[in-house]
Amino acid sequence: MLDTDTIMMLVEGTRDTLYMTLMSTLFGYVLGLPMGIILTVTDKDGIRPNAAVYKVLDVIVNILRSVPFLILLILVMPFTKAVVGKTYGSTATIVPLVIAAAPFIARMVESSLKEVDPGVIEAAVSMGAGTGTVIWKVMLAEARTSLLVGVTIAIGTILGYSAMAGTVGGGGLGDIAIQYGYYRYETEIMIVTVVVLVVLVQILQSIGMMVSRKLDKRK
Amino acid sequence: MEPIIQVEHLCKSFEAKGGTVEAARDICFSIEKGDIFGIIGLSGAGKSTLVRCLNLLERPTSGTVRVHGKNLTELSEKDLRKERRKIGMIFQHFNLLMQRTALDNICFPMEIAGIRKKEARKKAMEYLEIVGLEDRALSYPAQLSGGQKQRVAIARVLASDPDILLCDEATSALDPQTTRAILGLLKEINQKYGITIVVITHEMSVVQEICNKVAVLDEGVLAETGTVEELFRSPKTEAARKLIFSGRNQIQEMKGKHLIRVTFENKSSFEPVIGNLVLEYRTPVNILYADTKNINGQAEGEMILQLPEDRDIAEKMIVYLKNIHMGVEVLSADAGY
Repeated sequence: MLDTDTIMMLVEGTRDTLYMTLMSTLFGYVLGLPMGIILTVTDKDGIRPNAAVYKVLDVIVNILRSVPFLILLILVMPFTKAVVGKTYGSTATIVPLVIAAAPFIARMVESSLKEVDPGVIEAAVSMGAGTGTVIWKVMLAEARTSLLVGVTIAIGTILGYSAMAGTVGGGGLGDIAIQYGYYRYETEIMIVTVVVLVVLVQILQSIGMMVSRKLDKRK
Repeated sequence: MEPIIQVEHLCKSFEAKGGTVEAARDICFSIEKGDIFGIIGLSGAGKSTLVRCLNLLERPTSGTVRVHGKNLTELSEKDLRKERRKIGMIFQHFNLLMQRTALDNICFPMEIAGIRKKEARKKAMEYLEIVGLEDRALSYPAQLSGGQKQRVAIARVLASDPDILLCDEATSALDPQTTRAILGLLKEINQKYGITIVVITHEMSVVQEICNKVAVLDEGVLAETGTVEELFRSPKTEAARKLIFSGRNQIQEMKGKHLIRVTFENKSSFEPVIGNLVLEYRTPVNILYADTKNINGQAEGEMILQLPEDRDIAEKMIVYLKNIHMGVEVLSADAGY
């Protein structure tokens, strides 16, 4: 049952899944990290309160987060086509994954940054630190452990989403599980796929936690 | 000489749920260069708000704050940041960067000022030596005790080479022994580097230990200002009296009429003042409380006496004490002292 072809397929699937997950996480942070920072900074207790900016971003994030991923996947197909040139395959899947992940990442970043002791921020301001310095050297630096835990959670969640994208030809392990396990009743391949997914999540989770623990100097 | 800090008609109000809270009402005072200026008040008196108005961490609702003659409220964001570098601040909870070593914490203000890393590290080591923590350079704040953390915070403040140091309840989270050590360090910094220090506290003992001048804050209003000796010898307001008497539980049990509080300087304690008083009027007085306090290195004594019921003799005794230059204050029995 697990002949060379199947194993090759699984290896490729794993590669595609990792590619989608990591690229989506990366671009998700490219969008989500600034959003999270702006949400924190412009909030009424932030260092640059701005009710209008906060509210607009807050609503956008909430709307995007309320749309179920599967619906989003289909809704953004025209946009995906415009960006990537096609709507199937792993590269195409990155587009909806990023759109789904960014607002979720923004919220996690926001909650991490809000954990930073306001007293430490006040101390930095009292030393004459500007907004940029406070964000970069105080907020992000002090919250780094929490931010890394967030990255780990984001990777796990995006991995799950990427498997879901398999249903619409997204490629990767999710695709294989659906194609073989669901449509062709090859339960064994489905089980193997799921096991690979579980192992992947475990590995990524452990690495993330290890790094964040290493970087935490608060104990 | 122009005062280093001059506060004029400062008001600060907040919008809170129950309406407007006036944390500071028409406050005026000035601080001279080299002073260790205490701002004392009970919690909720508006001390923290007031000190935050001095470096504009809180923007006053109205009034002016002049530092080195410059009106801070009129400065641009950029110029204000520059001025702030000259006004250091330490806090009750130290507010160190938890993810940085002691050394890197001290480097932080120098990073802000754009000093090169190598030079900053070298200077940071010197500041650590000043506060006596050179062996903990690579420790993280979580590995340090409260007193050590405050020392790092003081070194961090020195790193920005300030003229003024604001201390917001800087010893309130420390035990009495550590408090004394930190206050000693502050005094040393004041004398060695000529840094003007503003001390916010709710403890009279802190003011007595290091301040030369003091302002009493009561519910957002400046009740009185003066030298620490003046405040101790003849407090003019209820708020000041309460603060002087705080921590003296036994006073509350002192009931009865004709209570006076007598204060005296070091040299008078060699004369048998009370003995002479009793001999003079042939009437006993009751000593309810007696203590000496160290104020700015000088011993100041205080006593609470109960004078005889006879109003005539009591009044004569007060005149007698005043004539020999004792500080005398009549305490009303119903005031709760």
